[in-house]
Amino acid sequence: MTDTPKRTPLYDLHVELGGKMVDFAGWEMPVQYPMGIMGEHNHTRAKAGLFDVSHMGQVILRGSDAASKLETLVPAALTTLKEGKARYTFFTNDEGGIMDDLIVANAGDHLFVVVNASMRDQDIPHMARHLDGIEVTEIFDRALIAVQGPAAEDVVAELCPAVREMSFMQTMVAEIIGVECRISRLGYTGEDGFEISIPEERAVEICRALLAHGDCEPVGLGARDSLRLEAGLCLYGNDIDNSTSPVEASLTWAMQKRRREDGGFPGAARIQRDLAQGTARKLVGIKPTGRAPARAGVEVQDLDGTAIGAITSGGFGPTVGAPVAMGYVATEFSTPGQKINLIIRGKAQPAEIVALPFVTQNYKR
Amino acid sequence: MTTYYSEEHEWLTVDGDIATIGITQHAADQLGEIVFVEQKEVGDDFEKGADIGVIESVKAASEIYAPVDGEVLEANGTLEENPGALNDSPEGDAWIYKIKLTNTDQLNDLMDLDGYKAFIG
Repeated sequence: MTDTPKRTPLYDLHVELGGKMVDFAGWEMPVQYPMGIMGEHNHTRAKAGLFDVSHMGQVILRGSDAASKLETLVPAALTTLKEGKARYTFFTNDEGGIMDDLIVANAGDHLFVVVNASMRDQDIPHMARHLDGIEVTEIFDRALIAVQGPAAEDVVAELCPAVREMSFMQTMVAEIIGVECRISRLGYTGEDGFEISIPEERAVEICRALLAHGDCEPVGLGARDSLRLEAGLCLYGNDIDNSTSPVEASLTWAMQKRRREDGGFPGAARIQRDLAQGTARKLVGIKPTGRAPARAGVEVQDLDGTAIGAITSGGFGPTVGAPVAMGYVATEFSTPGQKINLIIRGKAQPAEIVALPFVTQNYKR
Repeated sequence: MTTYYSEEHEWLTVDGDIATIGITQHAADQLGEIVFVEQKEVGDDFEKGADIGVIESVKAASEIYAPVDGEVLEANGTLEENPGALNDSPEGDAWIYKIKLTNTDQLNDLMDLDGYKAFIG
């Protein structure tokens, strides 16, 4: 952990744009720009934000049966994933916990996989070890950016009109200012938008071209976190980890029927048991009644003062205009409307279980 | 009236044994957009260095440390409804407490404006 933080191909651009650089998972990344976290958050919800996510791991899996082999590590249906489509999934461990979450895209002659920055060093050897006969190649020479927000389509279409035809979770290769990029219509904000993988030597140029659009502003990791929290999207290491099963984490939607029934991935027995019998705890949305933000680690109690869970992500939600949080609570307390208390600095603060997400997801279906 | 500054980025404007205290513009800028302020109650007394409140920004929670010994005479109630005022006028309308000083000698440990400017560089 004493290694010098790594820099993405966009480092100099961040500094030029006034980005406040911090160490994140071993990478020097902008937490905010001069607009500030709240302004960047609101701008993304209203227009479009440009995010550098080059610290995430981009991986190519090549081999005739890559999809069926990868199915042995994740509970998503991949053999039926059509060319040009992407899917959210997670690596499970033998106990049915979550080792990391990821996006898998069917790129025709290969699978394109994106994993979390903090888990690259785990995930890539994990795939290399278990995907016998599949070539696992980590990509080091491409930047990854996200353009998110209701104006994202206009911003990207100005440089690549074909993106207007894409729907949510679709992926394609297309040229932006003459540079071949992989463009996927997805993201981590609850808004419409794209993630774009770009050869590193042209990344700054493409970002400048995107930022030249009047609706597009650079957005840092601070707003990325508040945007995803309002959208009810899990953060690996906070809301999901090796000890949480996908059923507890309310991620059953990401395990397609065939995989739930047939198993064939690590920890399938525990996950099938959770599906059949229910779980003792559940990941829920939590809305503090007052103004005090409840951050990760805050204890959740029932109204009698018995501990029933803990906050895993929490902060101020700029779009909601109030504090928002997610956390695990005992299942009998997980129904929306349930009143609970949050123990913030030793004092019980009233809160309520709410349905996720906090803001309506705005995807292009 | 004299204004003093602490290394914890608070200001105190002192009139006799009464002081108005708040955080500096520099502190507010560092914290980022402030969304919540937790204050002590009128009548609470405290010692120098004690935690006398919390300021939450979009980034994190930060404690307010007492720059001197004292007792809360008044807490600025407008901060509850409008915590963002701490970003706009932390050295003006968005003061945090009026306090009674119980050990005025401690003021000698604080900085004047020039000293504080040098401190924050």
